[in-house]
Amino acid sequence: MRTFKQYLFLFLITFASAASYAGEWSGFAGLELRGFNQTAQDTRQDHDTNFSFVFEPEYFHEWDDGDQSIAFVPYVRIDEHDNERTHLDIRELTYLKVSERWELRLGIRKVFWGVTEFQHLVDIINQTDLVENLDTEDKLGQPMINLALINDWGTVDLFVMPYFRERNFPGTSARLRSIPETRQDRSQFESAAKEKHIDLAARYSHYIGDWDIGLSHFYGTSRDPRLLFSTDSGGNPFLIPFYDIINQTSADIQTTKGNMLWKFEALHRSGQGTTYNALAAGFEYTFVGIMDTALDLGVLSEYHYDDRDGLSTSIYEDDIAIGARLAFNDVQSSEALIGLVWDRDNGGKFFNIEASRRLGDSWLLELQGRFFLNQKRNDLAFSVSRDDYTELFLSYNF
Amino acid sequence: MKKILILPILLTLLLNSAYAETPEEKGLAIVQEADQRDSGWTDQVADMSMTLKNKQGDSSNRVMRITTFEVPGDGDKSLITFDAPKDIKGTAFLSHTHSLTPDDQWLYLPALKRVKRISSSNKSGPFVGSEYAYEDLSSQEVEKYKYKWLRDETLNGRECFVIERFPQYEHSGYTRQIVWLDKEMYQPLQLEFFDRKNSQLKTLQFLDYKQYLDQYWRPDSMQMTNHQTSKSTTLSWTDYKFKNGLSDRDFDKNTLKRAR
Repeated sequence: MRTFKQYLFLFLITFASAASYAGEWSGFAGLELRGFNQTAQDTRQDHDTNFSFVFEPEYFHEWDDGDQSIAFVPYVRIDEHDNERTHLDIRELTYLKVSERWELRLGIRKVFWGVTEFQHLVDIINQTDLVENLDTEDKLGQPMINLALINDWGTVDLFVMPYFRERNFPGTSARLRSIPETRQDRSQFESAAKEKHIDLAARYSHYIGDWDIGLSHFYGTSRDPRLLFSTDSGGNPFLIPFYDIINQTSADIQTTKGNMLWKFEALHRSGQGTTYNALAAGFEYTFVGIMDTALDLGVLSEYHYDDRDGLSTSIYEDDIAIGARLAFNDVQSSEALIGLVWDRDNGGKFFNIEASRRLGDSWLLELQGRFFLNQKRNDLAFSVSRDDYTELFLSYNF
Repeated sequence: MKKILILPILLTLLLNSAYAETPEEKGLAIVQEADQRDSGWTDQVADMSMTLKNKQGDSSNRVMRITTFEVPGDGDKSLITFDAPKDIKGTAFLSHTHSLTPDDQWLYLPALKRVKRISSSNKSGPFVGSEYAYEDLSSQEVEKYKYKWLRDETLNGRECFVIERFPQYEHSGYTRQIVWLDKEMYQPLQLEFFDRKNSQLKTLQFLDYKQYLDQYWRPDSMQMTNHQTSKSTTLSWTDYKFKNGLSDRDFDKNTLKRAR
């Protein structure tokens, strides 16, 4: 924790000095309301509605004709019921230097790898900010040195990550948590250096015609921990996050043929229990201007596979996902997305709906619904089987 | 002497009749001349603001920065970065256009830090909810249309060639367009769009041209009116800058990922 405070201190100093320079501020503040339509599995999760407030300002300043810049993006959430969800993070605090043949980034930031939609299988640099949302799309800022070498034959990114961010798990009173509870304060590490283990990664990415490819290798602390069963002195069960040192080699490939996008991600991972392989592959096809309107309808389907056979830390073991995306192409940028993930092993289903619409010039209203159907006791998702929810999020963007 | 004098006259007459241009050839020649006059600017940087108005007069704004890189013999490359509306601030759109093969397009989503290759078939769709389709804003290469000169005409007191052009792109939202091309600037003053049913759909007017580097004419304002919906979108261009020393590197995926 001392290290986190040191970071925080550094951020505040930078924040103060950044604020005194020319630059630009932007960002958003928002209010979230979640409603759960069933009572929780655990009596300590004693609420059916939850309010939350988030604030994410962003400072950006560039000089040297845009070849040097700094960005600072702090993040805060204040949650009505969950003390773990009430949290502060530095999403980004980066210095960037750009040259013709290379780009150097120092500091905390977010990196995304991959092409598929329902699961971001090969995306590994950042830790998931799990208290934010089950969809694992929210990430904690990752401290790193990143050198990108830019060549005619592709870009090589090298990463040195000197500090690991543990996954944050929802607290005792929170909905949408594991049952029994996962206790972050009891985390265990394979490496004696714990979160100070130096993680390394390299990635090659390029595009040739309508093919975009990425090949990556990661060595270091697994972002997704194994959850080990334990009991406290009073005999109450809980889960311990265990962080292995892993090697992961992955590929992500997309080919774009007219209105059809073909997507493929695969990985090979060792060091976390048995060595395993996983796959996510599928397509997205867009019908442009359906029925002579401005509407675009995208249909997508993906298959997700993990060969660990029931020991997976992922909910995607042998799952088929289908979805539809509707873009209204109107002034308010109205959009809707529905998705269904079906577990072929046990018949469990996960239904997801997301929609958004701009109000005026600065407000954005987002709707989200997540429903867990027919979840089986032996599935990871059983913990949240009574946590179906609908969320409204209203944000002011500046 | 007489014979010698007559010979060139005969030759000229012969050549003229051989070259007695069809309206199609004349149209193409004019457009090639326009393309020739507007080449060599290398790269261009400009700020653009869009005002979208509906029938009731409600308006909405978009603000973006556009950089363009001239690629001789192929379509241009461009990078569009949004500043407003604020919820899409930092969203960026990279496009490598091609005359005859599909464009390469990538979208950068700043919240996820994700670069997505997107389908380029969607050229007829509205650009950010405006009355402009993607194809209206993308690089206007000669090969993208077949042409036919219709007549010469005065528009707003200026001499123009009136040329009909037919999109060669199979997924275009238009059957044809009619261009009023200013004879002095060789730039369009007005463009009429006909939808897939060949009904008049939109009119685009180019206003307040200024000349840059003693050669390149650019409008300060472009107004698109949709006759079928009574909606309109006005583009205002500011801070045009040319020959900024940009290169391919400023239009690659690495640069897209740095968009702010």
